[in-house]
Amino acid sequence: MTSTPLLEVKDLCVAYGKVEALHHANLKVAPGQIVTVIGPNGAGKTTMLCAIMGLLPKSSGEVSFLGRSEDGAAVEHMVGLGMNLVPEKRELFGEMSVEDNLLLGAFVNYRRGARDHGETMGRVFDIFPRLKERRAQQAGTLSGGERQMLAVGRALMAKPKLLLLDEPSLGLAPLVVKEIFRIISELKRTGVGILLVEQNARAALQIADYGYVLETGEMALEGPTKILAGDPRVIESYLGLGTCGVRV
Amino acid sequence: MDLQITLLLGQDGITNGAIYALLSLALVLVFTVTRVIFIPQGEFVAYGALTLASFQAGKTPGTLWLLAGAGILVALIDLKIALAAGARQRIARILLWNLGYPAAITVLIFLGKPEGWPLAAQVLLSLALVVPLGPMVYRLAFQPAAEASVLVLLIISVAVHLALVGLGLLFFGAEGSRTPSFSDAALQLGSITVSGQTLWVLGSSLLLIAALYQFFGRTIYGKALRATAINRTGARLMGISTVMAGKLSFLLAAAIGAFSGILIAPITTIYYDTGFLIGLKGFVAAIIGGLASYPVAAAGALLVGLLEAYSSFWASAFKEVIVFTLIIPVLLWRSLTTHHVEEEE
Amino acid sequence: MMAVSQRGALFAFLALLGAGPLLLPEFYVTLLNYIGLYAIVALGLVLLTGVGGLTSFGQAAFVGLGAYTTAYLTTASDLPAWLALVGGSPWLALALGLAGTAAVALLLGALTLRLSGHYLPLGTIAWGISLYFLFGNLEFIGGHTGITGIPALQLAGVEVKSGRAFYYLIWIALLALVWATHNLLDSRAGRAIRALKGGSLMAEAMGVDTARLKIEIFLIAALFACVSGWLYAHLQRFVNPTPFGLGVGIEYLFMAVIGGAASVWGALLGAGVITVLKQWLQDLLPKLLGSSGNFETIVFGVIMVLMLQRARDGLWPLLARLVPVKSGEGQRQAPQGEALPRRQMPAAGTLLLEVNGATKRFGGLVACNDMQLTVKAGEVLALIGPNGAGKSTMFNLISGVAPLTAGEIVFLGSRIDGLTARAIAQRGMSRSFQHVRLLPTMSVLENAAIGAHMRGSKGVVPAALHLERVEEGRLLAEAARQIERVGLEKQMFEQAGSLALGQQRILEIARALCADPCLLLLDEPAAGLRYLEKQALADLLRRLRAEGMGILLVEHDMDFVMGLADRVVVMEFGQRIAEGLPEEVQRDPAVLEAYLGGVE
Repeated sequence: MTSTPLLEVKDLCVAYGKVEALHHANLKVAPGQIVTVIGPNGAGKTTMLCAIMGLLPKSSGEVSFLGRSEDGAAVEHMVGLGMNLVPEKRELFGEMSVEDNLLLGAFVNYRRGARDHGETMGRVFDIFPRLKERRAQQAGTLSGGERQMLAVGRALMAKPKLLLLDEPSLGLAPLVVKEIFRIISELKRTGVGILLVEQNARAALQIADYGYVLETGEMALEGPTKILAGDPRVIESYLGLGTCGVRV
Repeated sequence: MDLQITLLLGQDGITNGAIYALLSLALVLVFTVTRVIFIPQGEFVAYGALTLASFQAGKTPGTLWLLAGAGILVALIDLKIALAAGARQRIARILLWNLGYPAAITVLIFLGKPEGWPLAAQVLLSLALVVPLGPMVYRLAFQPAAEASVLVLLIISVAVHLALVGLGLLFFGAEGSRTPSFSDAALQLGSITVSGQTLWVLGSSLLLIAALYQFFGRTIYGKALRATAINRTGARLMGISTVMAGKLSFLLAAAIGAFSGILIAPITTIYYDTGFLIGLKGFVAAIIGGLASYPVAAAGALLVGLLEAYSSFWASAFKEVIVFTLIIPVLLWRSLTTHHVEEEE
Repeated sequence: MMAVSQRGALFAFLALLGAGPLLLPEFYVTLLNYIGLYAIVALGLVLLTGVGGLTSFGQAAFVGLGAYTTAYLTTASDLPAWLALVGGSPWLALALGLAGTAAVALLLGALTLRLSGHYLPLGTIAWGISLYFLFGNLEFIGGHTGITGIPALQLAGVEVKSGRAFYYLIWIALLALVWATHNLLDSRAGRAIRALKGGSLMAEAMGVDTARLKIEIFLIAALFACVSGWLYAHLQRFVNPTPFGLGVGIEYLFMAVIGGAASVWGALLGAGVITVLKQWLQDLLPKLLGSSGNFETIVFGVIMVLMLQRARDGLWPLLARLVPVKSGEGQRQAPQGEALPRRQMPAAGTLLLEVNGATKRFGGLVACNDMQLTVKAGEVLALIGPNGAGKSTMFNLISGVAPLTAGEIVFLGSRIDGLTARAIAQRGMSRSFQHVRLLPTMSVLENAAIGAHMRGSKGVVPAALHLERVEEGRLLAEAARQIERVGLEKQMFEQAGSLALGQQRILEIARALCADPCLLLLDEPAAGLRYLEKQALADLLRRLRAEGMGILLVEHDMDFVMGLADRVVVMEFGQRIAEGLPEEVQRDPAVLEAYLGGVE
């Protein structure tokens, strides 16, 4: 990973009122790289993604995207630069059709004059044939897995340079999780950088190149995933269940 | 009350109902997209009608100065923000729309002598003058508080209404105006005569509603507005800016308001404060639709129009009382059909 | 207790008020009379809007109702027979005006307050307009000309006729209402009112009847307005519809918002500022701009918009900062009081909760499918499962936040599915929230005391008159005891919003304990806690279990759960996939698959 990073986060802090939820977080994502952030519930993973994306104000620190510092930029601006978030709650347009949801994914490019959303939608349908079958159906009536596919597909419509994924495995059956993760690792080949936040540490560490462990607002560990997956602390806290027994 | 009168009153009711329907659609649009309960909608009705009347009387409408003043304010605020963010590419655009456009309209009015123009051109000029005030009002009053609660936005809305009514009095004086009819033609339907203006009102309302339907169903910008109404966070994540959606919905609402004013000015005398009551009747209709449903709001508007027409015959002094008391059974019905206390975010 | 210096400021203010009419020329006395009348109305709006988060544009119409009732009853010579008895007496007219106002407010409140927050203001706009047109068009109250010749008030045989005499009447009434409102806010009912702004979910779970409370504060605000109208009519000695229109109703709201809608003194400040400003603008602006406008409305509108954009808390906090008055920091002690009666705890091992075949569907999604679980007294049951498995849904079904699609839930031997969250809380089930729901600007003590709401009974009226101090002391003492129990005693008087997230979760538990439950539902209490805090929490839960409390714990932290729980139920995709002792569950292949599975 010698190229300049797509995303560089330096000393990022976020607070809700007086309560700090993220404390001096640092991380980097390069083009074509999958970086994962794992950690328990309430550790501040979603907060971090929202602050990078501009959905939440940061209290200090710096977020650079494509080598430029984006200080206090709003979500809309970051989307325009090529950063897309697939949020934990999916945030679909439930009363609109699958096709309209996808179309709106291309809104930024359309506004700039691009009219190739038809082709992009074709490519998204190639990746998620299920969505093509359901194209006229209302997004609110889809199953959990289909919703996640639509959320990822909608983000791909913007032709992102960096994709932020917040818990893509949330509430999905194992087979569907497998499918989604297979697609994520394929996306990597198209040169998209991916920042993957997951609770499902085992799956995340398998497809990612580099990983971070976030605990109570702080980056506790980091390293290439092969090394991280062998770290006893990671194994004990996130990969195993059998060893943790009666300890509190 | 014989058949003749019944039909005549019905005609009145449907004509007014069509106007209320347009206004209620704009109110639902603005509320769902921005969460603003757009009380000043009525002022756009009055501004539209009275601006047209000013042109016809050979006067320069005061709304021109409002456009210029608001333009300067918006330009100053946006320039400051753009410079602070180092976004120089935005400057030209800001100057063009907020200073250049009002300047162009001013030149057109002073050199063009609109009192001699054909009616259609005067109407277009009035719209060109009043409609941009919509997004400017959004920029100045609502955008800085866009994340506030519905309640705070409502109080701001009422304050804006108050300021705009005050300005209306300043611009147009306390006397009312009535503009000439769009057409002198009349249609004989059995025993009653339907005036040309009534046909204009009904025809244009239907056309506008159809156009809005197309806009929301077919265009990406219309879909973007709907998306913002359904899920603001989701829309922002698609790069649909809340500011853009807000300005666009205010633009549409201002256009609908001003055009409605122009449509009814030949039927009723419009005073600087007439718009408020007209707008509120649109509200009663919008509330019938739960501030969410376009078709129910439109149907509610017809009901309001008819109720008003018939009560003006039976108890003209209590016309307004009856129309606004209609809200009580409507709220009762809504309250009985809503099963839980809604949790406000 | 108010600090001495605060009391000093208050006495200085009262002395100035008392001396006012003796020193000031007639014009200023009149101005102060109006400020007092307006402030009474604005005070109601402080309670309704600033504290309760509801609002009304129709207060002027309530003022009108009070004014017209007394005007008509004290002047009409041909009253209908059923009214003849009350004719002529301003005091009976006041009573009747209050009754009429209450009836209208109850009707409007009942209709709109079940709907979302903006229906009340919209309803009051319509009501304000209707009543204004009604005043102007009813012949028996003089139409647009109104009613003249209203008699002066008689107080103990003396006619209150002059502006200076009336001054004292108005300001004594106002100060009495300020005192009562201040008392109300500092009470069990007041805490519940302040909790309304945080959404009804938490308040209902603590046993607060939010719908009733909203109607009560709307009623209070309307009655205040009615009193102001009654005073107005007897001061002015004539009434016409103009001062009761919607525009004036809007102005009242401006007074409350500009003054500072969260403080009782903000009402006085707002009424003063707006009245003086209006007077000044009416004199000044026509000289500057010509005479053809109603300029003060433009200026008011613009000021209002700017205030709401820049200083939403109004002028009072700014003024309070300019004049530094010492508050009573440092002298506070944990409140003492006799212990509240406690619930008879079921014997350890008694079946508390039984969930049978609970199913919940949202549209096409099945969030919970045929779930079974039981909790006994003196045991900790952990409900675990991956994110999105339906644990929170299960939690909401049990606590009555969401209705079941099918199945049944039995608590202490009787069915509770279908009951409201409030009714379930009253039966002895208390809960915490996954996304902390505290009132950030209230103290830790007051937040905990909200949990004890159901253990008191005194309502709005005794609170306003401070007749409930004994009960209030016992409630606060109970809150203090629970705060000490969870180990937050050092933070007791700090604002809840200044606590770390972990401490906020602990405070949620203290609040739940204040309700004296026999079953505690905790939604991810350990999330965001550090290691030592987790240990402290585990110790606390063990102590509670030893006292016979049943605890249902939804948790993600496996270490925490495995060390603490007696039994574990594992959920995935809305279904129970395993149940048993912690050790058994950890070896269950289905559980291993759920937690570790997915990608091979």
